[in-house]
Amino acid sequence: MVSLLRNQKVRNALLQVLYVGLLAALVLAGVVIARRNLAEQGITSGFDFLYKSTGWDVNFSLLPATANDPYWWFFLIGIINTLFLGTVGLMLATLVGTIVGLARTSSNELARLLGRTYVDIFRNIPLILQVFFWYAIITHLPTPRAAHEAWGMLLTSRGLYVPVPNVGGIAFAAAILAVISAIALPLWLGRTSRLSQPFGERLGIQLAAAATALATAAVILALGRLPDGPMLDFPTLRGLNLQGGLRIPPEFSALAIAIAIYGGSYIAEIVRGGFKAVGKGQMEAALSLGLSPWRVFTLVRLPLALRAMLPILANQYVWLMKATTMGIAVGFTDFFMIVALTINHSGQTLEVIGILMAGFLAINLSLAAIFNRINKAIALKGNQLRG
Amino acid sequence: MEMVVVAPPAPGKIEDLKRRFFATPLQALLSLISLAVMAFIAWKLLNWAVFSAVFTTSGGPEACQAAAGACWSVIAARWRIILFGLYPFDEQWRSALACVTVVVMTVLSCLPAFWTGRRIALVWGAGTALYYVLMKGGVLGLPQVGEEAWGGLALTLFIFVTTCLIGFPLAICLALLRRSELPWISRTTALIIDGVRSLPLISILFTFAIVLPFALPQWLVGDKLYRVILGSALFFSAYQAEIVRGGMQGVPAGQEEAAMALGMSYWQRIGRILLPQAMRNALPATINQFVISFKETSLVVIVGFFEILASGNAAYGTGEWRFAYVEVYAFIAFIYFVFVFSLSRYGAFLERRMSVGER
Repeated sequence: MVSLLRNQKVRNALLQVLYVGLLAALVLAGVVIARRNLAEQGITSGFDFLYKSTGWDVNFSLLPATANDPYWWFFLIGIINTLFLGTVGLMLATLVGTIVGLARTSSNELARLLGRTYVDIFRNIPLILQVFFWYAIITHLPTPRAAHEAWGMLLTSRGLYVPVPNVGGIAFAAAILAVISAIALPLWLGRTSRLSQPFGERLGIQLAAAATALATAAVILALGRLPDGPMLDFPTLRGLNLQGGLRIPPEFSALAIAIAIYGGSYIAEIVRGGFKAVGKGQMEAALSLGLSPWRVFTLVRLPLALRAMLPILANQYVWLMKATTMGIAVGFTDFFMIVALTINHSGQTLEVIGILMAGFLAINLSLAAIFNRINKAIALKGNQLRG
Repeated sequence: MEMVVVAPPAPGKIEDLKRRFFATPLQALLSLISLAVMAFIAWKLLNWAVFSAVFTTSGGPEACQAAAGACWSVIAARWRIILFGLYPFDEQWRSALACVTVVVMTVLSCLPAFWTGRRIALVWGAGTALYYVLMKGGVLGLPQVGEEAWGGLALTLFIFVTTCLIGFPLAICLALLRRSELPWISRTTALIIDGVRSLPLISILFTFAIVLPFALPQWLVGDKLYRVILGSALFFSAYQAEIVRGGMQGVPAGQEEAAMALGMSYWQRIGRILLPQAMRNALPATINQFVISFKETSLVVIVGFFEILASGNAAYGTGEWRFAYVEVYAFIAFIYFVFVFSLSRYGAFLERRMSVGER
């Protein structure tokens, strides 16, 4: 027996079995105790509860939701809300971050100072404090009766009311797709035909593509228009309440603003790092080839900086996506809040925690997969790049 | 032949300004826009925070609400709630002293003289013990104050300090386990680390505060505060473990091989060769992680703790100060800013200092 323990292989195997076994035993013991405790409260384990109706409602949903809908539908709503808020937050944060980051790398001292002040202030204040702050600001706006009005939008304590086209849901989605392709199509055309066609000809094709896409959008909107009411539905005050238009709830706007400002300060630093990573020789070579400063920026600095930032940016995006869980602080029904509510109402603790982990794992993995694809697609091929 | 080099005349102040800010029309435009933005914000902010602000409580909330600027009276009236939460009024000096203890401890551990494993452990162990005695009392004639009454800045600092104190050794253990040569140990540890990292901190805090009591035997449940601290420490250690591992990868393999050739045991190799060098490599990222986890202590407000953010909400949430939410949040933001900004400046200083050594 003792001689067996002296054997390195045996000892290693024993250690591993002990380590994994101990951890597994801990988890197992927890699950067993939890199931017994829950059973005492009359909660049967299993995933049957997913098909029961919830009996409570959500305050924000892109899909139709009522209190009669089953739990699995609410989980889906939660995931879509998280992804929606995350995507809006990411886009806004990227916009803010790019502007501030460019200011920080600019050759102008004052612009650099401005960018640096922004980053120093907003990066050093916790995100949840900023969420609370914006939520307090928005909910202290005037009531609908005394709303601020700007460009047809109404700013009130009950949310931001914006005018919407008076069209059916599917037609609206199709129109948005058409508008997106009006931007994406010319860019794609520009990429594929960069070397084969002269600049003027290419510009013509790009403009034509954009115009066609925009025209398609207009046709879709005209066709999908609902029979009653004007083309654009403006929010108006009727009695004590507001009618018409689209209401963006204060919870959503507070989170989106806070994520944009806080995330923007981190992305600004990533943008700055990316531009700093572009070798000075690259720029000097481009200038000495006679490229204009604008073309040096778009053809040399930006593409190289983009490649340097992307991996770090991907991490930041994953982080921001997880930051949407702050929704629970102000009552935005994101995935995590749905999970917390479900635990409160159904008591199916273990199953719901499992769903929570699986949900975030899925979100993280798919984001990572998307960014790996992009990274691979834009990586410099061959070995032209020397450090 | 002798050449006379004449230095160009020193540029005057105006020429210098011209060169720096108005070299080209585009530069001039950029400068002017930036200047205008800065002046506008600075004027608005100063006007609000200083010129038209009310600083005294003499007029009461009504006079304050009528003022055009900030109402700092709310801070003057409610600072005790914000800083100390629900801690008994007569004992709040203890809470203040406890905060000072934490600050002193942090400053001490920033000094290079304390950068040996033993000294840093001593400073943090003694500091946390002192904090605990001051806050909890029950000895030395101090009346006992339960954890449920702790709050405000003192609670924020306590959660931060204990998170680091538990999380840091745990991170080193996790990092060592992850680079173990035994495949099942390293794989299982990697699974734990990556699993924790893929979850948002709020969900972990929620699980530890509300779900864990179901999965523990009665005698192990303990106070909610300590469960939340454990959850937060676990989260911290999962991130910090990756930082430590990164630092270990930066240590050349020859170092460990040389140590082996000298006949050092595993623990000697780890403690005397690998870890000191790895920690040096990992220092900037570690400071950054401290900064992040300090900001993240604010998340405990969601599982119902009365830390500085919640006590701020309470400070303006009642009756007469309901309008003064901006001032309260600005005050809390300022407190966070002071802590986080000085820590991150210190990190930047360390990074510069270390890059000098490597040149």
